[in-house]
Amino acid sequence: MSAVLEGRAEGPTLRQRLAARGIDGATLLVLPCVALILGLFIYPFLYGLMLSFEPKDGSLFGNYARFFSDPFLYGTIFKTLRLAFPVTLLNLLIAIPIAFRVRLMRRQRLLTTLLVLPITLGTVLVAEGMLFYFGPQGWFNRALMAVGLLSTPISVLNGYWGVFISLVLTGFPFTFLLTLSYVTGIDPSLENAAATLGAGPAARFREVFLPLLIPGLAITFCLSFVQAYSVLPSAVLVGDPAGATRVISIAAYQAAFEEYDYSMASAIAMIMGAVQLLVVVAVLGCRSLFYRGPAAGAKG
Amino acid sequence: MTVGATTFKQLHLQGVRREFDAFTALKGLDLTIERGEFIALLGPSGCGKTTALNCIAGLLPVSGGRIMLDDRRVDVLRPEERGFGMVFQNYALFPHMTVRKNIGFGLRMRGVPKPELEKRVDAALAAVRLESQAEKLPGQLSGGQQQRVAIARAIVVEPPLVLMDEPLSNLDAKLRLEMRQEIRRIHQSLGSTTIYVTHDQEEALSLADRIVVLRDGAIRQVGTPAELYALPAHLDVADFMGFRNRVNGELVGMEGEDALLNIEGTVIRGRMRAASAGKAAVAAIRPDDLEPTGTDSGIPVRVEAVEYRGRGFHGVGVTASGTELHFASPYPLQRGAAVRLGADAGRVLVFGDAR
Repeated sequence: MSAVLEGRAEGPTLRQRLAARGIDGATLLVLPCVALILGLFIYPFLYGLMLSFEPKDGSLFGNYARFFSDPFLYGTIFKTLRLAFPVTLLNLLIAIPIAFRVRLMRRQRLLTTLLVLPITLGTVLVAEGMLFYFGPQGWFNRALMAVGLLSTPISVLNGYWGVFISLVLTGFPFTFLLTLSYVTGIDPSLENAAATLGAGPAARFREVFLPLLIPGLAITFCLSFVQAYSVLPSAVLVGDPAGATRVISIAAYQAAFEEYDYSMASAIAMIMGAVQLLVVVAVLGCRSLFYRGPAAGAKG
Repeated sequence: MTVGATTFKQLHLQGVRREFDAFTALKGLDLTIERGEFIALLGPSGCGKTTALNCIAGLLPVSGGRIMLDDRRVDVLRPEERGFGMVFQNYALFPHMTVRKNIGFGLRMRGVPKPELEKRVDAALAAVRLESQAEKLPGQLSGGQQQRVAIARAIVVEPPLVLMDEPLSNLDAKLRLEMRQEIRRIHQSLGSTTIYVTHDQEEALSLADRIVVLRDGAIRQVGTPAELYALPAHLDVADFMGFRNRVNGELVGMEGEDALLNIEGTVIRGRMRAASAGKAAVAAIRPDDLEPTGTDSGIPVRVEAVEYRGRGFHGVGVTASGTELHFASPYPLQRGAAVRLGADAGRVLVFGDAR
């Protein structure tokens, strides 16, 4: 060490100069993570991208041309959007008022645990449960028939609404927990300040909470949307996978495992990614029109 | 929106209580505040002063008692219906609004027309000398500037009552002094009735017309700064007012108004402040009033430490029984030296132990 110092009598050592730029021994700790991202995300993504440009017919854009010329294929984009968009919006709209109530509760942990359960159970188990609950002999139909609202069982499942309900059930906890964290992140004294200045509850929400929440809600929307857009199990189990709920991941699944056309499947996956990215970019683009700083009372 | 009247004669707190589960934060506060007064609620942390302020503002419901503006009951109103201005400890500026929008918020909520709103916001900006910062966001301002925005936002609506919750506690010492003068100046120019919560006795003494000392959720003493400074009614108020020396002694008699107190064999004179059931009593003396006598009267101490304080010296002495006494000395003293300490009878307060 002293030799280094003598050799470079003036100026900081290499180590000091690196440290000044934030690079030191601890920086090496990111390496496993980088390797994981490269191996499990970047490489498969690039591989799939290349694969999508090598269709069976040999042309560069053959897969994409086929996708966008066949309504049975390009229709899946809108079928999925028709599910994912309203589901995400509804989840967000339900989550906000509940989060506003829960933020004042003392025992949030129990509720949080209850809400995390559907996430851990996964979509398949929820779909199974729905099959029984909404089935002809399930509680739903029996209860409605018992009180005389129905004379014969109705079929909620095997269609758009089956998938819709399943997506709300599995997506809500996620949306809610994210929303709650943004809502509780707002300094409560801001609400008090608004109240003492004469703002009623509606005005406080409109003028103080909403503008501060919008950036967080945009992120929540994006994450929930991406999750809903990649729906597969419930679209098959409680939906109508050949018709109303033929979502884009079903198209990709069929290309890959029924036609064994991995190149086409990759192309569909790429298109799916592009649609998600488009929506996310659009939402986050709108977000930048709003205030995005800290939601606390600045430095205190 | 119904907003409280902008003028009143008196604010009455009548037996205001506040309980948190099993804990009673306010044990029935009775206080009358005249219009235009600057009242400081002074007390150590946990004494209930912020709770009292929040109850007046309507941010906490009272558990009992009433708050009256003249003969109108306000404790049943929601905070937005009371129309009191409040300055929060952390300022609570809306981070997404410019300084101008922050200050104009209250006026906008009251439906003040735009031209008048702009005029009043400009006047408020001028009052706190922030004209040049009007279009900035709070996050771009320094702590002192944010504080001034918070004050401007509270006073621009011309509230009948301005509530301030330790507004200076987040500022550094120099800024605190400047802002203190600023608050005093604004209060004098607007004449707004102000209730100011603080734990800093210097702040309370310099700002307030009257000081209310709180302890354990109850009022200990109410008085002008001069009254409280010279004649605290309780030992703990005295403690708060800088009477750092508290010496146990024995009452041996009275001479006119003066009590004679025997402290470790030396009899000193003091003003009786609180009666004693028995003979035990405590003398409270400010360090600045206790000086070496230079004669053979006074309490004998051995000098433990001497500090240079610019205008003089601050000494710590120990009596024969081990009681520490802080005193002032115009000349330096050697550590270990034996001196005798005395104070004017008017500067010594004697409190009986019956509290």
